[in-house]
Amino acid sequence: MASLQTLIAKPWIWSFLGALLVWLATVAFTGGYGGGGMITAALSLAVFTVIVGVGQMFVITLGPGNVDLSLPANIGLASAVAMKVMDGNDAMIVVGLLAALACGMAVGAANYLLIWALRIPPIIATLSASFIIQSIDISYGRGLQIKPPPGFADFTNWQILGIPVLAILTVLFTVGAAIALQRMIYGRSVLAIGQNIRAAWLAGVNVGRIRFLTYTLSGMLGGLDGALLAGYFRGANVDIGNEYLLASIAVVVIGGTSVAGGKANVPGVWGAALFLVLLLTMLNTFGVSAGVRLLLTGLIIVGVITVAGGQKALR
Amino acid sequence: MPQANADIVRLDGAEKHFGAANSFIIRLDGAEKHFGAVRALSGVDFHVGAGECVGLVGHNGAGKSTLMHMVAGTLVPDSGKIVVRGASEDNFSVPRAQQLGIRCVFQELSLCPNLSVAENTRINHPSLTGFGWRRKAADLIAAKLDEIFPDHGISAFDIAGDLSIGRRQMVEVARAFTLTQDPLELVILDEPTSSLDAHTAGQLLAFVRRFVAGGGSCILISHVLGEVLQNADRIVVMRDGKVVAADAAKSFDRDRLVTAMGGAEGHQKAATETAKTEAGPLRVRARPARQQDGKELVAHVGEIIGLAGLAGHGQTDLLLAIFTAAGRAKAGIEVTAPVALVAGDRQSDGIFPQWSISENIGIRSLARLRSGFLISPQREAELADFWQKKIGIRTPDVSNNIFSLSGGNQQKVLFARALGSDARIVLMDDPMRGVDIGTKLEVYDLVREEARKGRTFLWYTTETEELDNCDHVYVFKNGRIVANLRRDELTEEKIIQSSFGDAA
Repeated sequence: MASLQTLIAKPWIWSFLGALLVWLATVAFTGGYGGGGMITAALSLAVFTVIVGVGQMFVITLGPGNVDLSLPANIGLASAVAMKVMDGNDAMIVVGLLAALACGMAVGAANYLLIWALRIPPIIATLSASFIIQSIDISYGRGLQIKPPPGFADFTNWQILGIPVLAILTVLFTVGAAIALQRMIYGRSVLAIGQNIRAAWLAGVNVGRIRFLTYTLSGMLGGLDGALLAGYFRGANVDIGNEYLLASIAVVVIGGTSVAGGKANVPGVWGAALFLVLLLTMLNTFGVSAGVRLLLTGLIIVGVITVAGGQKALR
Repeated sequence: MPQANADIVRLDGAEKHFGAANSFIIRLDGAEKHFGAVRALSGVDFHVGAGECVGLVGHNGAGKSTLMHMVAGTLVPDSGKIVVRGASEDNFSVPRAQQLGIRCVFQELSLCPNLSVAENTRINHPSLTGFGWRRKAADLIAAKLDEIFPDHGISAFDIAGDLSIGRRQMVEVARAFTLTQDPLELVILDEPTSSLDAHTAGQLLAFVRRFVAGGGSCILISHVLGEVLQNADRIVVMRDGKVVAADAAKSFDRDRLVTAMGGAEGHQKAATETAKTEAGPLRVRARPARQQDGKELVAHVGEIIGLAGLAGHGQTDLLLAIFTAAGRAKAGIEVTAPVALVAGDRQSDGIFPQWSISENIGIRSLARLRSGFLISPQREAELADFWQKKIGIRTPDVSNNIFSLSGGNQQKVLFARALGSDARIVLMDDPMRGVDIGTKLEVYDLVREEARKGRTFLWYTTETEELDNCDHVYVFKNGRIVANLRRDELTEEKIIQSSFGDAA
C-alpha cells in the first residue's frame, strides 16, 4: 500500500497516465486495430526525444535561465558529420558515431565557454551558438542528403519481438542517467546548483566544473541523437533536428522536472516523450487537419502541465 | 464592554499592573494551531496594551513565530478568538491587520531582492501613486532611516539584494515604521537585532522606547535576553506552544527568564580556559584586500579566532576570500587545510529548499558518503542521525524537508553540515542569528570541543558575548583589521573603541 502511495506521489506518473489515456483513446477509435504497432512506432520515435530530453533536463535543472537552445542545430551538424565520416561504409560506423559524439561535445563545450567567458545568459549564448552551428552545417553538408551505411540504417530500425532495440538501449541509458542524478556526486551537485547556486558554492560544490560538464553532456547527447536520426530516417539533413527544440523542453517540463531548477526526474522524460508521440498519432488517426493538430497539441501540453505541475509550494 | 470584563477575571498577576481591558490593542484567547501532527500552539492567551512594549521569549520552536503570524494575520488559528480593540474579528487577515495598524518585521527578511529600497517601501503604501511615486517612497523611507539609524549609509535607490543582511534588516525595520494612510498602532519585531551590530541595535532599541513612550505598542522577540529585560514593559515566556510565564519586566531577571524558558537551567557560561600560549602549525594567514599596513589574520591548529567590529566592515568578505583561497591560489591568503563555511544568511547562502534535512547535511561530505561510485543512502542517513542527536535537531525524522524545521533548527543543520565534513578549518559567518540561548550554549561547547580536537574556527559575530569563546579577536573597520586582541585583553569597550576609532 505504502509503495502505491509513493508511486502516486511521483511527479512522473502523470506523464505515463497521459500517454496511456491517449493510447486508449486511439485504440478505442480504431476499434482495437493497430494498438501494438502504435506502441512500437511510439517507442521508436520517442527514443530520439528521450535522448536529447535527458540532456536538456540536466541543463534546465541547473536553475532559472539555463536551457540549451542549440540542440536542433547541433543535431543537424552531428548528423552530417556522422554520415560523412561513415561515408556509406559499414566498417566506419563506430568511427562515425564517435565523430558525432565529439562534434556534439565540442558544441556543448563552446556553449559553456560563451556563457562563462562572456558572462552572457545561457538562452542567448546557446541561441547565438545555434546560428553559427547552422551556418557551419550548411557550408559543410552543402545541403546534400547523405545516406547512412546499410548496416547502421538496419541497426537503428532493428526490432526484437516488436520492440525497437534502440528503445531498449535507451531505457538502459536512462536508468544510468537516473542513478547519476540521484546517487552520484555529479547529479547531487546539479540539483544543489539549481536550488541555490551561491549556497552550492559555499557548500563546496565545484559550480563551474559541474555546469561545464552539464552543457557538454547535453551537447554530446545532441550529437548522438543526430547520428541516430540520420540512420533511422536514412539520411542527414540540416533540418533533421528542428522539432527537438520544443520537444526537448516540453518533455522535461511535462515529465515533472521543475523549470525553476533543482528538481528533476528521468522517468518522466520517457512518459512525456511517449505522450507527445502518441498524441500526434492520435490526432492523425482522428484525421484532424495540420493546423488543428498543432493547436490541440499546444492546448493539451498546457493542460497537462497545469494538472501535473500544479504542486503547491512548500511554505 | 461585557466581553472584556469577563476576561479580567482570569487575568493573573502580570496584567493587573496595566491599564483597563478596553485599551488592549489586540487580544488572542485560546489560540491553537496544528501543522500536521505538530502542535505549534496549544491554547494561548495573549494580549498587547496600548503604549506597551511586550517582550516575547522562548526557545526555537516554542511557538513565538506562529503566535506572531496570527497577530499579523498571516496565519489563522485553528480555534480561539482574536479581539482587536474590544471588537471580535472573525475574518482576521493581513489586509485587515494592516488597516488596524498592525505591522510586522519577520525574522526571515521579506524585502524583494530585485527592487530598490524605495520600491520595497512602496509595496506597503498603496497610496503613493502618480508621477514621482518613487521619489515620495524614497523620501519616506530615507526620513525614517535617518530617524532610527542616523548614520545608516543606505540610499533609497540601492537594490535590496545588494545590501548586506544587516542593512536589509535596517530597511525592513524602518519600513515597518513608515506612515502614510493606514494607522500605526502595533509593530511586531521578530529578532530585529539578530543581524545588527551592538551600535545599530542600540539605535533601534532606543527608537523603540521613544515609539512606545509616544503611545505606540510593540512586541519584541529576541534571544538576547538583556535586550528584552531592558526594553520591554512586560515579558511573556513561551515553551512548547504554551505561555508559561507572563509578568512585568521588572520582576524578571536573567536567571528567572532562563528557568522559565526551560532546558538550560544548569548551563552556566562555561568557564573560559586560559588563553593558549603555544601556537600549533599554521592553518590560515590572510590579509584583507584593503589592508595597507601589513596587519594580517593568523590562525593555528585548534584556535578559535573572532572577527569583530560593526556589521559589514569586511569580516564576511575576508571569510569568503579565505573560502575561495582554499580552492585555488589567491594573493595574500594562505590556507593549509580543507575549509567549510557555516552561513549566517541561511536562506540565501545555506539552505537547499527542495531537500530533506539529511541531504542538506550530506552535501558537503558527498565524497565520503560513497560506497563505490554511488552515494550510499545508509551512510547519508547515519551521518544525519549522528548529528541530529549530537546537536539536537528537533525533528522526528531527518528525511523530512528542511523547511519542516524552525529557523534555529535550520541553522543547526548548517552547523552539522560543516562539522560533519572533513574540513579542518570552519568559517562561521555570524551563524547564531535567530538561535535561542540554550542552543547557542550547546554550540559554543561543541565549537570548543572541536577546537580541542584540532579544528580551527574563524568566527565572525555581531554579538560581543560570543567573543568570549575566542582565543584571539581581530576588530575590523572599513574592510581593514584595526586591532588584534588576545582573550585576556578583550573587553566590550576595547572593541567599540577600535570599531569607531580612526584606522591606523
